[in-house]
Amino acid sequence: MYQDISMVFSGAAGQGVQTITGALLHVLKKYGCNVFSCSEYMSRIRGGSNSTEIRITEKKRDAYVRRIDMLFALSHNVVEHLKDRISSKTLIFAEKEKFGDQWGDSCIDTPLTKFAVEAGSAGFSNIVAAGVVLGMFGIPLELFTAYLQVKFAAKGEEIATKNCIAAKLGYSFGRDTAATANISLQISIPAAMPERVLMDGSTALGIGAVAAGCNFISSYPMSPGTGLLTFLANRTKEYGIVVDQAEDEIAAINAGLGASYAGARAIVTTSGGGFDLMQEGVSLAGMIETPIVIHIGQRPGPATGLPTRTEQGDLNLALHAGHGDFARVIFSPGTLAEIIDTTQQAFNLAQRYQIPVFILTDQYLLESVSTIEAASVKRRTVETFLVKTTETYQRYAFTDDGLSPRGVPGYGDGLVRVDSDEHDENGLITESFDIRRRMVEKRLNRIRSLMETACMPTFIGSVDQAETLVISWGSNRWVLEEALDVLGNRAFGGIHFSQVFPLNPVINSLFENKRLFVMENNATGQFADLLSFETGRRISRKILKATGEPFTVEEVVDALHQSDHE
Amino acid sequence: MHYISQIMNKTVTPFDMPDGIDVAWCPGCGNHMLLKAVKSALHELGIDRKNLVMVSGIGQAAKSPQYIKANMFNGLHGRSLPAALGIKLANRNLVVVVESGDGDMYGEGGNHFLHAIRRNIDITVIVHDNMVYGLTKGQASPTSQRGMTTPLQENGVMLEPFNPLAVALALNAPFVARAYAGDVERTKEIVKQAIAFKGFSIVDVFQPCVVFNKVNTYQWFKERTVYLPENHNVRDRTGAFGLAIQQDKLLLGVFYRNEQRERYEDQMGIGTIPLYQSNPLDEEAFQKLVNNYL
Repeated sequence: MYQDISMVFSGAAGQGVQTITGALLHVLKKYGCNVFSCSEYMSRIRGGSNSTEIRITEKKRDAYVRRIDMLFALSHNVVEHLKDRISSKTLIFAEKEKFGDQWGDSCIDTPLTKFAVEAGSAGFSNIVAAGVVLGMFGIPLELFTAYLQVKFAAKGEEIATKNCIAAKLGYSFGRDTAATANISLQISIPAAMPERVLMDGSTALGIGAVAAGCNFISSYPMSPGTGLLTFLANRTKEYGIVVDQAEDEIAAINAGLGASYAGARAIVTTSGGGFDLMQEGVSLAGMIETPIVIHIGQRPGPATGLPTRTEQGDLNLALHAGHGDFARVIFSPGTLAEIIDTTQQAFNLAQRYQIPVFILTDQYLLESVSTIEAASVKRRTVETFLVKTTETYQRYAFTDDGLSPRGVPGYGDGLVRVDSDEHDENGLITESFDIRRRMVEKRLNRIRSLMETACMPTFIGSVDQAETLVISWGSNRWVLEEALDVLGNRAFGGIHFSQVFPLNPVINSLFENKRLFVMENNATGQFADLLSFETGRRISRKILKATGEPFTVEEVVDALHQSDHE
Repeated sequence: MHYISQIMNKTVTPFDMPDGIDVAWCPGCGNHMLLKAVKSALHELGIDRKNLVMVSGIGQAAKSPQYIKANMFNGLHGRSLPAALGIKLANRNLVVVVESGDGDMYGEGGNHFLHAIRRNIDITVIVHDNMVYGLTKGQASPTSQRGMTTPLQENGVMLEPFNPLAVALALNAPFVARAYAGDVERTKEIVKQAIAFKGFSIVDVFQPCVVFNKVNTYQWFKERTVYLPENHNVRDRTGAFGLAIQQDKLLLGVFYRNEQRERYEDQMGIGTIPLYQSNPLDEEAFQKLVNNYL
């Protein structure tokens, strides 16, 4: 009997793990379960050993767990690959005909290929596998066949029908197995479940960008940042988005700034290594006071690092990128809702303050799939701050708050002149020390307002009563929330930052008389150091991980448990 | 001297900056003549300065837009082409002219040069090619001739010079020309054709650097340059390539024109409404987008 189940599907690249998990997530969501999945895979196109974890839970739990309750092994080396996560309680589902008895009594012989061939082709084995799971848990078969009918509609009735036969064969096997092995899922489904949407982080980012009025992207493919580029490229006509695949990241950000200068709402997407190349562009944005949104999907570095794995190691990079002094904002969303919302905020802030704004995500966040209530997906007003120019227009006119009205070429009677050299109010090169002093002040003046309006962090649990605050940013929000819940110790509270720079000065009062822990997916505690620097407070403990994997709920619980006994 | 008489004979254009503006170029520099040719070309083409964006990178040549009364994007060294691309894609009604030097365009920005030609977007690129780095004080540029000595290349330049015309032709750039800044009138005519051309046009302009390049002087160019004959076939790409790699005489004029190449912005289906006029999603369209994931 399972109330919170962790299933892992593992095989070689190209074996169709995605087909199984895609179908299951969709059908289980339709049924009313809370589902979550995350994937880990090797940097190769075929072979190797990849896995996807699916969790089915009563309470919403969008976090990675180490524990594997059920493992579907689709290739030989799966168990070796996952041995650290397999326990005596793990049920292994595998085809004995293919893999023999190597996995002993805990292995349930699951003849996926046999059923698939019976349905018409060995290629249906992934559908059989999904059927087995749904059969075991007694999820109505009709939900699955309805999904298959829609999914394969374009391929003709025969293909759809054969898929349904495969599904049914797997389903019957699953139902019988559950009866024999006494397997059941004990999750209560609310009678009136609100409508929910199912998506991964990249999709949420894309929705956020479209909602924000994004109409220009030039980028160079790099995992895991490419998802956004693809999302927008597939919707150019529908939403009027100009998409350019750049020759390199330097070109990408300079094209983004050119487009933004001419009035586009531009974004670039990349990962840390690609962003390294963009840094001169960040500095240019600061100098010419031209808005740009920069998405960095983090992965482990230095250099090529682990291209398909996850890390939060590029905060310092985003924080310090670009030579010279200028203002910037860095968002670090940790949930689908936060991704959609902060992306919209990023565009509005970039326009309002004429600055580069960063969105820091990572492979784990971008490629994890979960649900969100449709009604909670909110659209922000698209704020534009463009003015129609007059003949006397000056792009860098001095103002009280340092923000000059922004015109674009071709709109009005004025000329819009921007310059990467230090410039006067007209945008012309100057070496006047007096103008330089005033321009520096002008560019930095906006920081005060950016700080005062910075997003407040989210509280998790009883922050007021807690003696220790555990702080997270970015993708660790759900894992922290679940770990605190599992720990059940009111001495611990959580604080999650979806904006890491600048920090709202108000946070200082939250930290009064608290012991502070920071958990982050990097080797040195980059946010802990930033927080300490900005608030002057000591961080008692850094909970860090930089193996290329996300945190598991279990290890965060263990880490906090230890601290409790220190 | 010939060049001084040309500058003195000043034409008034809507692109002239106010008198007294501090021009950072050396006396006698070819930049002055090229500036005059470009402003006259823009004027004679009847271009509205409000719809003109002059784009450049960094270097002495890249200061040209400072001295032209129009919209200006004076970006980073080597990055004029990506910026110009973004501007044109965001608003194709704008006339986009890039001016930069040989170091900026063929060295720092070499990769962008290759891929801008592959895209074929409707912009004009005017390269001030003086075969030397001026602003950094006399080092070799990508177009410096082998053997030229500089403070950095004491034993002479060892690298084969970059041949911009041959490279452009290899990539099927649809408008390829070369001019000589010492001849303002004919340079102006070539620049006019380039700007009027609907597609990517490149004009490499020979231009003496009177301070740092003691090899490629006014006299040197005068002796070696000659205009393409009247009957030159501008549709013959292979022939143009042969002329571009010719060493004994350096040819001037329009080498190649190809109106058949499809423009990037047309292939993308970009309309005439600039992106700054885009309408954001309304609530209904937003809900529709979200509901795809139900």
